[in-house]
Parts: sequence; C-alpha cells; structure tokens
Amino acid sequence: MNVQPLMSDAPRGEGTQEADHPTSQVVVFGVDRPLHLDCGVDLSPFQIAYQTYGTLNADRSNAVLVCHALTGDQHVHNVHPVTKKSGWWETLLGPGKPIDTDRYFVICSNVVGGCMGTTGPASANPATGKPWGLDFPVITVRDMVRAQAMLIDQLGIDTLFAVVGGSMGGMQVLQWAASYPQRVFAVLPIACATRHSAQNIAFHEVGRQAIMADPDWRGGRYFLEGSNPRRGLAVARMGAHITYLSDAALHRKFGRKFQDRENPSFSFDADFEVESYLRHQGSSFVDRFDANSYLYLTRAMDYFDMAADAGGVLANAFKGTQTRFCVISFTSDWLFPTSESRAIVHALNASSARVSFAEIVTDKGHDAFLLEEPEMFGIVRGFLDGAGKARGLKAQAP
Amino acid sequence: MSNLTAANIDRNASGNRVDLVLVADMVERGVKVLDVGCGDGELLSLLDETRGVDGRGIELSREGVNQCVAKGLAVIQGDADTDLADYPDDAFDYVILSQTLQATRQPRIVLEHMLRIGRHAIVSFPNFGHWRVRMQLLFAGHMPQTDILPYSWYDTPNIHHCTIKDFRMLCSEIGVKMERAVALNASGSPMRLNAPWWFWNLFGEQAVFLLSRKA
Repeated sequence: MNVQPLMSDAPRGEGTQEADHPTSQVVVFGVDRPLHLDCGVDLSPFQIAYQTYGTLNADRSNAVLVCHALTGDQHVHNVHPVTKKSGWWETLLGPGKPIDTDRYFVICSNVVGGCMGTTGPASANPATGKPWGLDFPVITVRDMVRAQAMLIDQLGIDTLFAVVGGSMGGMQVLQWAASYPQRVFAVLPIACATRHSAQNIAFHEVGRQAIMADPDWRGGRYFLEGSNPRRGLAVARMGAHITYLSDAALHRKFGRKFQDRENPSFSFDADFEVESYLRHQGSSFVDRFDANSYLYLTRAMDYFDMAADAGGVLANAFKGTQTRFCVISFTSDWLFPTSESRAIVHALNASSARVSFAEIVTDKGHDAFLLEEPEMFGIVRGFLDGAGKARGLKAQAP
Repeated sequence: MSNLTAANIDRNASGNRVDLVLVADMVERGVKVLDVGCGDGELLSLLDETRGVDGRGIELSREGVNQCVAKGLAVIQGDADTDLADYPDDAFDYVILSQTLQATRQPRIVLEHMLRIGRHAIVSFPNFGHWRVRMQLLFAGHMPQTDILPYSWYDTPNIHHCTIKDFRMLCSEIGVKMERAVALNASGSPMRLNAPWWFWNLFGEQAVFLLSRKA
C-alpha cells in the first residue's frame, strides 16, 4: 500500500520571515505606547504592518479601513510578497471598483497576533530576541481593533469614513462600531456574526489539535528547535477550507472526478480531485502562514461574543449609534449563516440604528465574500456612495 | 411587495406615482420614517428627495432589498408579519404601509405594531369595494382582476383584501384616530373631500389613510 505524505519537510517558511521584516509600511509603538490587551498584559513594544492605497483628502474624511479575515493579511490590492499572487480583494477594491481607490484612502493592517509583520507569536520577543511562540499573550478581536485605532491615530485620522471586512474581518468591523462609534461613519460587516458559534469553535478546536498533534510543533517552540509543524497546519487548513465552501460548490467544482487517472488506485493516494485540491490548499498555506499564529487567531475568534461584552444584551453594544450599517450574508454560508446576520440586524433595529441588510443568493459558501459576486459589488458600491453623499465626500479624491 | 407594476399605474407630470406622492404629502419634513414593504425603494427615494426624511425600509423580496441597498437606501430583508415586533416603541415618526396591507397575514397586528413603533401610520391599499370589482364578482362571477389587482386568484400575494369601509371599521375597532383619508379614482385623481364614505367606497380605486394613536 502506497501512503504518500502530505508534503515534504521544509525549513521555516518564507512567510514567517515577513513577521519581523515585512514587505509593508511599519509603525513601531515604543514602550511609551503599549497595547493594553484584554488578558491584562500590556504588549510593548510592538509594531503594526500595513498597506495603503489611494490618497487621503485634505480634510482626512475619505479613509476606509479594510479588516482582513483569519488567514488574510494586509496585502489587499498588491502582489503578495510571499505567494506572488495578486491581492486578496482585487475583485472588490481598486480604481473604479466598489471600494474605489480613486475616491477613498484605503488602509489595511495585519492584525495583532498575525504573522505578516504586525507583532504576533512568530515575531521576535524583545525580551529574548527569539520568536515569542506560546509566550505571546492571548489576544482578542477587541485587541486587534484597539491596535488598529492606534494605527489610525498615528496616521492622523480622527474619523474613518468606513470600516469593511468579511468573516473575522467582519467581526473587527462590528467591534469598531461598538468600541469607537464616534470614529466610524459607516460599516460593512460581511459574512460574520457577533459571536462565534459552538460549531465554529468546534471546527477551530479540530484545527488547533491538528497543529498541536504534529510532533514538529514541539510545544510551540518549533522555531527554536529548527522544525515546523507543516503537516499539522496543512491538515488544519484543509479542514477549515471545507467549511469555507459548500456541498453544492464542491460538487459543482469536483464532483466525484478522479485526479489524473481513470480508475481508483486502491491506495490512499489523492485519487479524487477534491482530495488533491485540499492537499494543495494545505501545502500552499503553510508556505505563508505561521502555525502558532493560527492558534492565536482562531482563539481570538472563539472568544468573540459582543453580547457578553455588553452585559448580555447585544443591542446595548450599539446603543445610540449614529454609524450607518450594511450587513451582508450569503445563502450557502454555513459557517456564518444568514441567521447570524439577522441577529445583528435585530440588535441594530432595537438600537434604532441606520441599517441595511442584504442576503445574496450563491452556492459558493462562506468564501463568496472573496469571489466574483456582482450583486454584492452593487450593494457595496451603492451603500458607500450613499454614505459618501451623506458624509459630503466628493466623487473623486483631490 | 407592492402590487403595482410599471405598466398599470398612474404617474404625474414628474413621473412619480400619484399614490406615492399622496403618501409623501402626508409626511412632515425631516422626520424618521419606516416604509414597510418598500419594494424597489421608489417611495423612500421620493421621501428622501422631497421631504428630506431619515428613511428606513423593510422588504420581503430579496431583489427589492438588493435594489434598494444598491441605491444607497437603508433597507433590510424582512417580513411585516414577523419582524415589526423587533422594533422598539416610538422608534419612528411615521410608519408607512404602501399597497402592502392586503398581502400581510395578520393585517390587524401589523397595524397595531405600526402605531406602536411610530407616532403616525400611513396605510394605502386597493379598495376591494370599487364598483368594477363588485361588478366582476356579481355579473362575471369570477374573482376580480383589475389594473391594480392584476393577479389571478391562485397566484396572488394578496390574501386579505378589504374595502374602504372594512378598513374604517378596523380602525375604530382598535381605537385608531383617522387624521386624514384620501381616495383615488380610477384615473388616479384624488376624489372630492366632502363626498360621503359610501361614494368613496364605491368609486375609490385605492385609498390612503393617515392614522395616529388615540390620545
């Protein structure tokens, strides 16, 4: 019987070199400006890596913050320094696109706990000069947003015109509206929820266990011991990737088709196209992502519960808000189903917030927010245009 | 959810639907409005342009919602019968139900919610007491189909037809104050204000009511 390994062992991925030396702009916050984390630790010093697109107008009113998802990063609209692929939201963002970089000044930063240049477990711990690993404090979505607010301060921007993001990015968007209602004019939370469901926590736990079960994880000290839990991280990615799609999308894309063969091999090779696809997803992911970072960011999502933060009543999280909301969900998203978005809308209605809500019909599952969805583009464009009019933004940046 | 399609409705010189203009005229400037069953957002756009309101909408059909949001209107996908309960008391100055009452499952409860959520309610509906409707049932013996009620009986969203008289009775039953009422005749013109109710009920093709809570 032929059992093929998922992928060969390789030294520390190129992606994690980005952790300390990102191909991005960087702001370093010194010991005088620590990041106060929910766990009680002050993270200091720390740095934020970010990209910007477009031009900030004279009255600094056209800034749009894009929040990235779990495995995303700040490279929204440029060639990725590691994968050499184009930006992850090129469909939605760029000159003339719904998030129009000719009109808005777009900022996207790597989240705290990430591995693309903002301080995270793969970054060097200033106390030791070695990667933090599991000594890195546990972070929350609120911490990510608090760090982003420090970046926005640093850029001299008082109020953001809009904050936009999907999935974990959508959680940050909602947290922005709750934490800094005066500092954000409009928000677009897409394919997300105000809390992580038990099912989603369960999926994340499987991913984390896959990483920690890899002997190369070495209790999180893999960098120090010259290994890398590539298999564990790849399995975590494969499992998670299934949840980003849908039964219909998998069937349409792969069905039961064989990969490069006519008949079953009677082995555990990747006989099926879908297996081969998942293996590829797993192995390409580990080249750009840090396993410990994956543990920390999934944990942050698990801890997310805005109602609990607001004394048990979700509506209180948005009490008296003047921010404009546009909530978008997708029919085939089973990770963040429409019912989660409806809960957001109900809470916002109870707060008399100005909210739009649209559900988009698609079989592409949770990942639809990253893909070609013309109906979503129309909604994002219309919502931002309407908000821009109310904000007094000119049609074109100066 | 609106029944009215482009082909069969009366429009004024500026291209606006006469029934919507009538509704808009009842709304004060700069107030907060909820349009229940806002369709593709024509009334909300009109209210925004002519009355400068802070407008919100609920619409059942996904296409309608997505068209509205793409126009920059604040509209959510929802159902008048189930989702009005989620709104707090006094959240709006006006709650509007334009050409939608007859498509709700529980018109009375919807109306009660409207006057709980808003200080005022505006309701417009096709009058099932119009003489053409009566004639079709009486002489042709089939369910009426008219310009503003174009559906066949087996394929209609309209499940609770009422006449102007029926609606007035409902209003008095639930203790609602009728502030204004206007009936439109078949050519879309408002009818004489001093006409008796039976005349409106026979010759009004549709009616618009401005309601408020009894003090």
